[in-house]
Amino acid sequence: MNARKALAEARLILIGIPVALWTLVPIYHMFLFALSSKQDAFSGELLPLHPTLNNFRIVFEEKHYFLIHFWRQLGNSLFIAITVGVVTLVVAAAAAFSISRLKARGGRLIMNCALFTYFIPAAFLAVPMYKAMGVYGLLNSQWALILAMITLASPYAIWVLKQASDKLPYELDEAARIDGATPLQLFRLVYVPLMVPSLVAIGTYALLLAWNEYLYAFLLLSNDKDITLAVALGHFLSADDSPWEVLMATGLIYALPPAAIYYVFRRYMVSGLTAGAVKS
Amino acid sequence: MSTLALPQIEPAVPSGPGRKRLSPWQTWGFILLAPYVVVFLVFVIYPVFYGLWLARHPQSYVDLVNDPIFFGSVVNTLIFLIAAINLKMMVALFLSGFFVRTQPWIRWLSVLFILPWAVPSIPTILSVRFMLNPEWGIVNQVIFRLTGADGPNWLNDRWLALSMAMAMHVWKSLPFWTMILIAGRLSIPGELYEAASVDGAKAWQKFRFITWPSIRALYLTSLLLSMIWTLGDFNSVYLLTGGGPADLTHVLATLGIRYLRLDQVDLSMATIVCALPLVLPLVYFMMKRLSR
Repeated sequence: MNARKALAEARLILIGIPVALWTLVPIYHMFLFALSSKQDAFSGELLPLHPTLNNFRIVFEEKHYFLIHFWRQLGNSLFIAITVGVVTLVVAAAAAFSISRLKARGGRLIMNCALFTYFIPAAFLAVPMYKAMGVYGLLNSQWALILAMITLASPYAIWVLKQASDKLPYELDEAARIDGATPLQLFRLVYVPLMVPSLVAIGTYALLLAWNEYLYAFLLLSNDKDITLAVALGHFLSADDSPWEVLMATGLIYALPPAAIYYVFRRYMVSGLTAGAVKS
Repeated sequence: MSTLALPQIEPAVPSGPGRKRLSPWQTWGFILLAPYVVVFLVFVIYPVFYGLWLARHPQSYVDLVNDPIFFGSVVNTLIFLIAAINLKMMVALFLSGFFVRTQPWIRWLSVLFILPWAVPSIPTILSVRFMLNPEWGIVNQVIFRLTGADGPNWLNDRWLALSMAMAMHVWKSLPFWTMILIAGRLSIPGELYEAASVDGAKAWQKFRFITWPSIRALYLTSLLLSMIWTLGDFNSVYLLTGGGPADLTHVLATLGIRYLRLDQVDLSMATIVCALPLVLPLVYFMMKRLSR
């Protein structure tokens, strides 16, 4: 029996090792470059033989042509992500409350409109969105990106929040109404406190979506001082002799906050998002 | 399949016949719904109709079909959807069986396994792009050290580059779908497996008669949803190959943006309209599945 158990475990390990390598190699490669001088990075060594933080110093001191607005761009990414997170949360929580708890007339139709938007591939909506932003005179304004990201984030947000709020016992609303609560009081004092886990998941989802977005940011913003860090990273590709080690250091700085947020809120994210995502 | 089908609840306020004025509850219902309705009208409905209006000239479609890149892009998109997505979902199905095990090291591995999904795609795609650099990339340097031969020029051959873009896509989204299927597997009652074990069922039989029937619907929903999203996957192709070599690895998503960047908005919208026969049936099925 013991031999069989060991064999089963060995087979699992044979699956686990390729999975770990497949997952980690591109990320390890990013670390390797970020910690190496240009010479070492291009030498093809698998370990950082002379680890250095020099690349990070170059980034933080904006000492490279591609990075002269690094702090500004980091701030832009942060501002846009937080604004999108907060606004999406407000818009989606209000809509979900209205559809699920107040049973607003037409709520079902709006829910279907939102679902429809959710299913349009983002890259296909980008072109008409770009043209429409031009009509609205918002091109090259960060609000164009913020509004576009709210549009992309809120359908899923509404859907997940509606799923979650449908599960709250309806007696709560009745009790509140008998006590003479107004709809806003019901929202503020009963609904929001009970929905905190889902709200955290959705706020984080919208924030990460905006922080990670490349295509819309690259289409809607062009001024070097307005772009997000994601677009700035893409700019490195425009030169033939790009400093890849500095690029990887910048990429690492850019990738750390979302990864950290994800792991901090992992419990909420996994249950909140997968519960709504594809429940069949 | 009961995502939206929930116990029917009485309307907040019974709106009797002849009731003219809205109750405060209904008024607030409209007010709270209004912000999203505005967002939807201004940033979805108007752009979509404006886009369709831009795509109204038959000449755009003639130009599009005459552009040799277009046909290649359609082929690439279909390969992407059929080969990459099915492969990804099968691997996700397999790995979800691996990750539901309770050994501590598998738990730890599952935490790491989420990383590709948790980190933004741009830096990791660029990292892979350099790994595949024919001269200085680590892949070819390792190949050279092991075999003494030069590795292939990964991103300079149509099929190799397209395969790499598909691998990139799989790398990025595999954790998400695995997680969904893990959630599906965990919702299957454990007693079913215990009973099967008592009856002497083999692992394959347990999968065939318990797991698969329980998560088949979830699997198909995920497959469709993944196809829809993959149609919109711009980053995996654009940031890895840039559509190259010689515009041979474009998919419809990157082709649409390429025309937009070349200031050929008509062609750009026409490309998207040409993708609609792929998109709309998928969207229709998804809407039917999810909005019951």
